[in-house]
Amino acid sequence: MNFTALQGSVELGIIYGFMALGVFVSFRILNLPDLTVDGSFTLGASCSAVMTLAGHPFLGLLAGVVSGALAGLVTAFLQTKLKIQPILSGILTMTGLYSINLRVMQNRGNLSLLNIPTIFTPFGKSDFAARFAKLLFPLALIAFVIVLMTLFFKTQLGMSIRATGDNEDMVRSSSINSDFTKAVGLAMGNAIVGLSGALIVQYQQFCDISMGIGMVVIAMASLIIGEVIFGTSNMPRHITAVVIGSVIYRIIIALVLRVNISPSDLKLISSVIVAAALSYPVLKEHMAAKKLRKGLSGNAKIN
Amino acid sequence: MKTIIKKVLALVLSAMLAITFLVGCSSSANTTTANKKIKIGIVQIVEHPSLNTIRESFLTELTALGYTNDKVEIDYQNAQGDQATLNSITQKFVSDKSDLIVAIATPSAQSAAAATNNIPVLFSAVTDPIAANLMADLTKPDKNVTGTSDAIPVQQVFELASKLTPNVKKYGFIYCTSEVSAVSVINDAKKYCDKNNIPYTEVTITNASELQQAAQSLVGQCDAFYTTIDNVVASAMPVLADVAKKAKMPVYVGADSMVADGGLATVGIEYSGLGKQTAAMAKKILSGTAISDIPVETLNNFGIFINEDTATALGITIPKDIKEAAQLLKNK
Repeated sequence: MNFTALQGSVELGIIYGFMALGVFVSFRILNLPDLTVDGSFTLGASCSAVMTLAGHPFLGLLAGVVSGALAGLVTAFLQTKLKIQPILSGILTMTGLYSINLRVMQNRGNLSLLNIPTIFTPFGKSDFAARFAKLLFPLALIAFVIVLMTLFFKTQLGMSIRATGDNEDMVRSSSINSDFTKAVGLAMGNAIVGLSGALIVQYQQFCDISMGIGMVVIAMASLIIGEVIFGTSNMPRHITAVVIGSVIYRIIIALVLRVNISPSDLKLISSVIVAAALSYPVLKEHMAAKKLRKGLSGNAKIN
Repeated sequence: MKTIIKKVLALVLSAMLAITFLVGCSSSANTTTANKKIKIGIVQIVEHPSLNTIRESFLTELTALGYTNDKVEIDYQNAQGDQATLNSITQKFVSDKSDLIVAIATPSAQSAAAATNNIPVLFSAVTDPIAANLMADLTKPDKNVTGTSDAIPVQQVFELASKLTPNVKKYGFIYCTSEVSAVSVINDAKKYCDKNNIPYTEVTITNASELQQAAQSLVGQCDAFYTTIDNVVASAMPVLADVAKKAKMPVYVGADSMVADGGLATVGIEYSGLGKQTAAMAKKILSGTAISDIPVETLNNFGIFINEDTATALGITIPKDIKEAAQLLKNK
């Protein structure tokens, strides 16, 4: 793999890293499976695309964040007030968002941003500048988000949200409104997912109604790969691990594209990679048990 | 202990990465040793009969034009519907310094156009290149992008329909809202109908499972169905054909494959022809013609396709002149 391809993978990894961070908030912090992501990703993307077409690419990012947060609030409302199961709430929001996304995109399944100024345009016109803008700007932004998240999860509210995921009953008995903490968490998660969509659409210069399909799986894969490789010992490390996981996932995809395999096998290989990463805890336990047994039998022999 | 396991696992994973890395390198090393083959990257958004036909006929024709395996190196990648992978694929082609990128269908073309300003991008099966922002003028491409469009002749379909089923007063359009090409053709059809005072109604679907009910909702509201080069409708065409058959209504469609699946008739695209035309354009680009001198082409010849079984079931006698010009198909 040469430098250009590596850089491209890192860029994509960072931008999809936002999405993984969003899923991290719902899946790891709140311990809720949130399937809103497939919809809120496209929602952020379509809002960003429309704003960019209107000449406001930076407001497009903001629109992505705000719209994503609203989508998260809808899911939270379904979950907490209407008592609909978490998975189903996410699916309902995601499904409803399909129509909304089409409305946002003025009933066109595909919007093109080719030759339209984006957030990457002000960084210069030369190939070199354009290349590095696409790397450095998202990098700076994600560093900012990582710092912000780390600080937020240390505040009273942030702690309450973490506690909600750990033990909801305890949180309720400490007279914290767990409906509120869930709503804040889901809104926050989907806001970051929306930002991811808003960035990618300006990066790839087109927005497509079906771009969100299967994003949850990719986000979870990135999350788990990152956790396995980089560790989860403390909050800043855990958050950074998620982003690194996303970058590694993209590098793996780029490498798989290089190996001479049939393109139709790509999905299977992605699945195998994800399954391998997901099965890590089981493998770990198995290995630990084996070691323990070995140790015991070893001792027995000595005795 | 925990840290040891982690370290071992990290080692194994990095070894895996390194191995794939090396394999990747070695395969690219092979390409540099062979004496300067022309590199063509083909990117396709999804596995789909029409798109596959385009790719296969493109490759056959390219060989026939003299670009045989010893002269060109084809790198075919399919994103399997995943747009994130699509970006990785086009980035790979750019980093491999491909001589030509062939992009099949709209998202592929957009991704390739965004990935490079220098490498020529030759698209196929893009219905509306201007709406996709690939160029401002079809006759004079202003960037590194040109190709073949699968825009279909709306007018001819309605003219055929007026001859085959003169009693049809009102058409019912069925299409999937996320199918860019379909929406574009349906808009053309609406314009045509408005201009010629043909009444129409429409129903939209978001996935194939909704087709049956959508089609049934149109029964009684119109006299004939019209659908177009719509991948979603095409994938569930037998459902639509069945509803239409029970309601004794003709279905006019966008592609020959949909006629074979039970639609009544179309004036449509032969995708193999489109692939051939794309190959001819590839030859022009590879022999040094400037992209701006290669206008976008649509299909030169449209074929009339009629399903005999459907016609019989509806009690339609095909006029003799049409019968001679058309390709008659039977149910698959």
